[in-house]
Amino acid sequence: MAEAIWVYAETSDDRVTTTSLEMLAKASEVGKAEAILLGPAPQDAVEMLAKHGASKIYRSTDSIYREYLTLPAAETVAGLIEQHRPAVLLFASSYAGRDLVSNLSARLDCGAITDVGDFQLKDDSVEATIPALGASYQNISTLVRPGTKLLVVRPKSFEPKLNEQPVNVEEVAAASAEGLRKVQMKDRVVVKREGPSLEGAKIVISGGRGLKGEEQFAILKELADVLGGAVGASRAAVDAGWVPYAMQIGQTGKTVKPDVYFAIGISGAVQHLSGMKTSKYIVTINKDPEAPIFQYSDFGIVGDLFKVVPQLIEEIKKRKGL
Amino acid sequence: MNVVVCGKVIPASTVTIEIDPNTKRMVRKGVPHELDPAAASAVEEGLRLTEKHGGTVTLITMGTSDATIGIRNALAMGAASAVHILDNAVAGSDTLATAKILAAAIKKQAFDLVLCATESSDSYSGIVAGQIAYFLGVPPVTFAKEITVEGDQISIKRQSETGYDIVAAKLPALVSCSSGINEPRYPQLKGIMAAKKKEIKVYTASDLGLGPDEVGEKGAREKVLSVGRPPKRQAGKAVTDEGEGGKQIADFLAEIKVI
Repeated sequence: MAEAIWVYAETSDDRVTTTSLEMLAKASEVGKAEAILLGPAPQDAVEMLAKHGASKIYRSTDSIYREYLTLPAAETVAGLIEQHRPAVLLFASSYAGRDLVSNLSARLDCGAITDVGDFQLKDDSVEATIPALGASYQNISTLVRPGTKLLVVRPKSFEPKLNEQPVNVEEVAAASAEGLRKVQMKDRVVVKREGPSLEGAKIVISGGRGLKGEEQFAILKELADVLGGAVGASRAAVDAGWVPYAMQIGQTGKTVKPDVYFAIGISGAVQHLSGMKTSKYIVTINKDPEAPIFQYSDFGIVGDLFKVVPQLIEEIKKRKGL
Repeated sequence: MNVVVCGKVIPASTVTIEIDPNTKRMVRKGVPHELDPAAASAVEEGLRLTEKHGGTVTLITMGTSDATIGIRNALAMGAASAVHILDNAVAGSDTLATAKILAAAIKKQAFDLVLCATESSDSYSGIVAGQIAYFLGVPPVTFAKEITVEGDQISIKRQSETGYDIVAAKLPALVSCSSGINEPRYPQLKGIMAAKKKEIKVYTASDLGLGPDEVGEKGAREKVLSVGRPPKRQAGKAVTDEGEGGKQIADFLAEIKVI
């Protein structure tokens, strides 16, 4: 019998997250894919999970999972693990995913592997491939304790696949103990954004320290607008306070995999590379010919971005007849 | 309000970190070290809270003797004292073993609040903070980009995929600080001088009541089987701008059919 590979599914922006679907694709390939979905979710969430390979869904619609962070979900998931003992439980490398894994890995004393780019089952355990240190290394790790293996998966590691299964939805009893209501979600604030999301954009234009300030990001926005792309940033630009954290691409920010990635005024620190290295094409503009980013780029210009970018924008407008 | 900050001292950002294929651990010997900038932000946050609400900041770190420079930095910033877990036996600890050790050290302090970075800048697993909270039995209040304390209530702006959430808990609690939560202060000469007189307590794992099987490689649940390098991406063309750079990029975009 195929081993059960569980996926802790999450929703955001009224949709099942893409990473949840990516993990289901891999889970279906390795064994019998099943999902856990806790808390209020969009109407088509169960259907989406089934369409992408989940043959069983452990489900509670209770609002405790939305109103209180981490502890109620950890309680329920720990109970499900105890009862069903799946071979593997996958979490996205998201805020909620990492919170849950930290609690469960300590509670079950089983540890966890984070930053997983791929995995396989081997001899009653897992072998996980980790693109370590900003993907400058590729390590293989395992978990030594018997029992369910907890893995935290990097976004964009797998391609979501349509793979519809007859689905069995099992209602699970909601956690309710008072002691679980300790971290209260009081309010959600959505910060408005324009254009495509960074994770979904086919073209990403990112700026770094070389932009020299907040105002200069306007030219990247203009380039993004003529190409229909989204603007991102390196950690240096975010830490300098020029742009919000939501725009950060890299190890501690978002992982993107667009068709074309523009690294503008970005030197290519390991921390940044890990968030964009798998883009199809990488275009670089940097005044320093020694910048490590050139090692990864398909096409690079050594020059002043404040001259090259405006010319590029004009040229695209001309060719597109804008 | 007494704040304990857990932070790491790591190879300086100028160092390209390597992994030793034999020990399968990061090479930490013989390279310059510094207080992890992410930990410095947690120290800064602790200092701001205690300046407002009273109390002191204690830094707890686990590391080799190279960590001293970073500990002194935190003390020079204004932390009142520090705890250094210095023990060869803890080398090779995974996230869980690390969290057990840190939690045991925190339990020896009187604390209202534990602050950590959401993740260290060298190994960035992002789960140690939550594991520590579990072992301490305090609420895990994570990914904070702003912290407010009122009486025994702590409230944060928590980073989210689409903006931020307002999340609240009761003290004692653990809060993990997102990168960019603040701009850490630079130590001033007065602080640097004062730091020399501040106490650094040194503990081994057994001082913390942890046996040899609970820490280091023996206590680790995660085991690195092999260390390798990914296939190298073939670097493409790079040209120096001679006034046509923008047009040349446009040509490339046309070649790959993007425009």
